[in-house]
Amino acid sequence: MVENRPWLTIFSHLVVLIGVAIIAFPVWMTFVASTHDAQTMLRSPVPVLPGPHLLKNYSEILTQGYARTSGIPLTIALFNSMVMALGICIGKIVISIIAAFAIVYFRFPFRMAAFWAIFVTLMLPVEVRIVPTYGVVAGLGMVDTYSGLIIPLIASATATFLFRQFFLSVPDELAEASRVDGAGPVRFFFDILLPMSRTTIAALFVIQFIYGWNQYLWPLLVTNKESFYTAVMLVARQATAVDATPSWNLIMATAMLAMLPPVLVVVFMQRQFVRGLVETEK
Amino acid sequence: MATVSLRGVRKSYGGTVEVIQGIDMEITDGEFIVIVGPSGCGKSTLLRMVAGLEKITGGEIAIDARVVNELEPKDRDIAMVFQNYALYPHMSVYDNMAYGLKIRGVSKGEIDERVKRAAKTLEIEPFLERKPRQLSGGQRQRVAMGRAIVREPKAFLFDEPLSNLDAKLRVQMRVEIKKLQRQLGVTSIYVTHDQVEAMTMGDRLIVMNKGVAEQIGTPIDVYAQPASLFVAAFIGSPSMNFLETRIGADGSLALDGASLKPKTRIDPGRAVTIGIRPEHLSVGSGFDLKVELVELLGADTLVYGRLSDGKGLVVRLPGTEVPKIGDRLPVKAHDGAWHLFDSETGKRLGAA
Repeated sequence: MVENRPWLTIFSHLVVLIGVAIIAFPVWMTFVASTHDAQTMLRSPVPVLPGPHLLKNYSEILTQGYARTSGIPLTIALFNSMVMALGICIGKIVISIIAAFAIVYFRFPFRMAAFWAIFVTLMLPVEVRIVPTYGVVAGLGMVDTYSGLIIPLIASATATFLFRQFFLSVPDELAEASRVDGAGPVRFFFDILLPMSRTTIAALFVIQFIYGWNQYLWPLLVTNKESFYTAVMLVARQATAVDATPSWNLIMATAMLAMLPPVLVVVFMQRQFVRGLVETEK
Repeated sequence: MATVSLRGVRKSYGGTVEVIQGIDMEITDGEFIVIVGPSGCGKSTLLRMVAGLEKITGGEIAIDARVVNELEPKDRDIAMVFQNYALYPHMSVYDNMAYGLKIRGVSKGEIDERVKRAAKTLEIEPFLERKPRQLSGGQRQRVAMGRAIVREPKAFLFDEPLSNLDAKLRVQMRVEIKKLQRQLGVTSIYVTHDQVEAMTMGDRLIVMNKGVAEQIGTPIDVYAQPASLFVAAFIGSPSMNFLETRIGADGSLALDGASLKPKTRIDPGRAVTIGIRPEHLSVGSGFDLKVELVELLGADTLVYGRLSDGKGLVVRLPGTEVPKIGDRLPVKAHDGAWHLFDSETGKRLGAA
């Protein structure tokens, strides 16, 4: 299509630029704030260009932490977040791919009932079932453990559903061909289905990693010891310190670092992510 | 290499809908059997029952005298070629062919040797390292064949393997499959809805209709002596001409002024359908055909017309002698080329 309407081009670019500015400006301000010292950030007007304290702020927050509230170095919190996010993400993928495999490829009584049960119960958000879940986790002595952080969050209706849809789109003949070739269900799963699900798994990895990383309410409930705090929790705790003027430079440095891993995951897995959502390899 | 026996094989879903209504057949070693029929006749179901992908509701299937009713596909020692090839998309051609052997625990060296040999036979050696999506339809078809032959099974099962190919490639692959089967001498069962494939490839055909084997016989038998109206109509292109009539008091048939003598005695007054193939009619004194439409095919010409009593008839004339539309064309039937069928049951009664 040949189109030669310069004003339309300018207009559409303008819309896009405004959109980008709205999204990017707060991130820019966060970054700027993390490069000044505490006094500058409390003075008006707030600076819009980076200052000279970048290295100092980041090394302080990483090694010593935000002394006024928790005092644990951010490295520990980042490590905790990473363990939780990876645990949730991998756990979700493993559990839901197995569940979807059972639902799609095996005929057993109440198969559809099982599917709908998974589907309906997990439409409830974490918050609705959080009190009983906490009761169970506390009863099992999993408070202040990594398993307590991870296990209650690893069931996933979304992922089960996505895998189910993908498996349904795999031609039946493939399963039949592998049966004739002599592969049992387990071999079929590992040799054929799993490699074919590569892109779907990548897409889910991205979504679920971000989901796990951004968890706030659950870690807040289930951790008492500071050594189990996650990065996202720290950001919030620092901003609500009551008895002192907040050190915005350090808080913003924490926020920047807490934002980084999800961004990296998206950047590096973007291609597989998009392919997983749009393409079915057959 | 093996014999396959079907004894009263039945299949029903939920006990009510019977899709295969009792098929009996003995397939001898090395034979090429084609199951042919319109879609929904149960031909694929029958093949899948032999493969072990569908449960058998009644009767028995035996491969090499061993009843396989309850055996898993992998224990039946068969290989199957699917309509959409069903190649594993993430594996290279080599791995696709080697997969079944690997599972069976065949040694690496022997797998390599067998795959290479099959690849050579099928002329797919240059593609061994490629993925299925990088191949054309015909090449994928060869890989699917390759996957079947490396296994060296007792029987090959083909489920409409050529229907996804274009017309030219189909003819070429048809010849190759037949040649390959001859060369390997493996018992094969081949399902198709294409009667040309059936006629050209099969040693024997099973013509199926609504779950029943209407006729089992060599292609020539099926063509020359169709056992029922259905077989007569299904085999041959263009289709056989059918005319409804009645046996006269003297046991002969009156047809558009002429009279036919059935070779076997049939009760007078019985309603019969007589059939004649378009290629068994030629120009000559017999009936008068009013020409309505002419199709030139190059090698021969199809003439569509009507008899004086309004019944439609198709004639296949050699060459390109074209009668004009609206002309009267005198046609005569070849000796003994008429087929007689019972109008009610559709069964063959004889010839005339």
